[in-house]
Amino acid sequence: MRDVAVIGVGMQKWGELWEKSTRDIFVESALLAMDDAGVDSLDAMYVGSMTPGLFTSQEHLGSIMADYLGQKNIPSTRVESACASGGLAFRLAYMEVACGMHDVVLAGGVEKMTDIGGGDATHALAAAADMRWEGMHGVTFPGLYAMMAVAHMAKYGTTREQLAHVAVKNHHNGSMNPRAQFPMEITVEGVINSVKVADPLNILDCSPITDGAAAAILVPADMVKKFKKPGVKIIGSGHATDTIALHDREDLTTLAAVAASAEQAYKMSGKDVKDIDFAEVHDCFTIAEIIVSESLGIFERGKGGPAAEAGETSLEGRIPINPSGGLKSKGHPVGATGLAQIAEITEQLRGEAGPRQVKNARVALAQNMGGSGGSSVVHILEVM
Amino acid sequence: MVVGIIGYGAHIPRRRIKVEEIAKVWGADAPSFKKGLELFQKSVPALDEDTITLSVEAARNALARAEIDPKDIGALYVGSESHPYAVKPSGATVAEAIGATPDCHCADFEFACKAGSEGMFVVYGLVKAGLIKYGMGIGADTSQGAPGDALEYSAAAGAAAFIMGADNDRMIATIDETFSFMTDTPDFWRREHQFYPSHGGRFTGEPAYFRTVTGAVKGILEKSNLKPSDFKYVVFHQPNGKFPKRAAKLLGFSFEQIDVGRLVPWLGNTYSGSSPIGLTAVLDVAKPGDRILMCSYGSGAGSDAFVFTVCERVRKARDLAPKTRWLLDENVNFVEYGEYAKMRRKIRLAEK
Repeated sequence: MRDVAVIGVGMQKWGELWEKSTRDIFVESALLAMDDAGVDSLDAMYVGSMTPGLFTSQEHLGSIMADYLGQKNIPSTRVESACASGGLAFRLAYMEVACGMHDVVLAGGVEKMTDIGGGDATHALAAAADMRWEGMHGVTFPGLYAMMAVAHMAKYGTTREQLAHVAVKNHHNGSMNPRAQFPMEITVEGVINSVKVADPLNILDCSPITDGAAAAILVPADMVKKFKKPGVKIIGSGHATDTIALHDREDLTTLAAVAASAEQAYKMSGKDVKDIDFAEVHDCFTIAEIIVSESLGIFERGKGGPAAEAGETSLEGRIPINPSGGLKSKGHPVGATGLAQIAEITEQLRGEAGPRQVKNARVALAQNMGGSGGSSVVHILEVM
Repeated sequence: MVVGIIGYGAHIPRRRIKVEEIAKVWGADAPSFKKGLELFQKSVPALDEDTITLSVEAARNALARAEIDPKDIGALYVGSESHPYAVKPSGATVAEAIGATPDCHCADFEFACKAGSEGMFVVYGLVKAGLIKYGMGIGADTSQGAPGDALEYSAAAGAAAFIMGADNDRMIATIDETFSFMTDTPDFWRREHQFYPSHGGRFTGEPAYFRTVTGAVKGILEKSNLKPSDFKYVVFHQPNGKFPKRAAKLLGFSFEQIDVGRLVPWLGNTYSGSSPIGLTAVLDVAKPGDRILMCSYGSGAGSDAFVFTVCERVRKARDLAPKTRWLLDENVNFVEYGEYAKMRRKIRLAEK
């Protein structure tokens, strides 16, 4: 396998992009990535998108996005793994370049979630859960993560305040990210007093409904010097699955797919969790960031909450988590999230992150989750 | 020729239901409606109240203030999205009830929540053109919100009627400028034969209400060469308590300017009656010389904006009929959800 590097990333401001369609949003980000890399043609592309059919009635995104990007006739593949669709698109692009089949491959992700009402969007997202045993019985994603939160609180004594600290920290980081959907600062009291969604999770524990896209350009590492920006090398890639249904798991307080995908990525990269300078992880709910930080091995089980409260995951902390603002503040257009993590890591490792720059960062980890942990994709990237 | 309001009147049903009472039934979070949307309670029409009866009451109050012979009303328009009949004009019954028939032009208007201001605009134009002596524009609704839907917490009932004329000695407020802003923006709709409306959720906010209201207000300010500080009072369409506050902030108006006409927290959204009833509450307290800006909003989507200047006669006229704040605050009768469901015909009765 060849070494592979990211040589360009792109992402527009996320939000409720009423005036734009799925293809507009995708093409905008993809063109930003191509401009960043200085390429005007691609050998192949992957499009991560969870459920454009339910959100906008449009399927067959691989072809339509290649066409509208001006890359008609190249191989282009839509990738789906629920909210990990973007991370998986990136992994497949990585594999395609690594195996030597193509040299310049775009990995993009997109979701247009606001063309339908909140109820329909909740239904569409519930398709990432086990529809037969969960969704059809009325469980929504906030409900599933709320059950994980209740279990985590019962087993480890994780507190309501600790959950709130995750949201407060991510909004603080997001306030320095010009592309974040909700770049406002919030307070612990504000989170605790915000509207209840699914006990113990309140509205400010939840990532929002977002329109957005993000993209990255991957090339063989030995071609990097032909491009205008420094490359960021992909040194580890992992992908694992777990039961989709929560009730089929022995333990609700950990995420086996996250641990397994991280294990693969650590092994492949030759790095240990201690080598990671910062991480972008899937904080679709505040409890998710806490459990993921434990399942990645960053903290011992049950210590994720206290670590968040103690500021260990803040920008100035021992290991910054979600310097971008995370899904919570930056937004969560499900299929695009995995690529937005890659975009953040690339810019951070190139030293381009401005006021939210993590100092002296050389190695970073991205973790993108599908559903309530039914799939997880982890990548480790390093400065070249 | 200076044309303006020579009579105005409102009517609000006596019954109210509290947000907590609705939330209790649906297991919803009442504080989020009270805090998030500033909705506390809404008016509920009784079984024998509909858009026609509410319009008649408001029209009679307007006539009492105008002190004119109803025979001189040459046009009468009722704007509503809850006309009791799909085919048969509400306006004809209202005109008959107040004694304005038979030499009267009449039509029913519909443009979601701005149908009331449309009637006001059209009769203003007809008077200005010299085609009629007086004209009456009414906005009235017994609006519908599907049970359990967010709209159920706001959909209320009420009416306001305005008589436009050019008599200097009767002038309550002159109309100094008008401006309308309209685009094809599908944020809220109800198809024929459907009982409850559908809406685009958050799409009803930024790209619909705020874009349209700010467009209309900026347009009328530019056209009239006025600025926000030139107005004593401002009345926006008020689907909830928060939207008019945010619109005011976006446009540079203070809370004090919108406070008097912002009735929605205690009244609910009376749809076609919303900004017109707000205007009646302002006229009840305004002083001669005060300048008022009103901007309606109707989904679909459009706004009609008006600049008024209050005249001396307001001091006498306002006492000739019940004031709006009295209608809103006094003699109120709170109902429980069961009674509300009966009165709003949400209970399926035995078929005969």
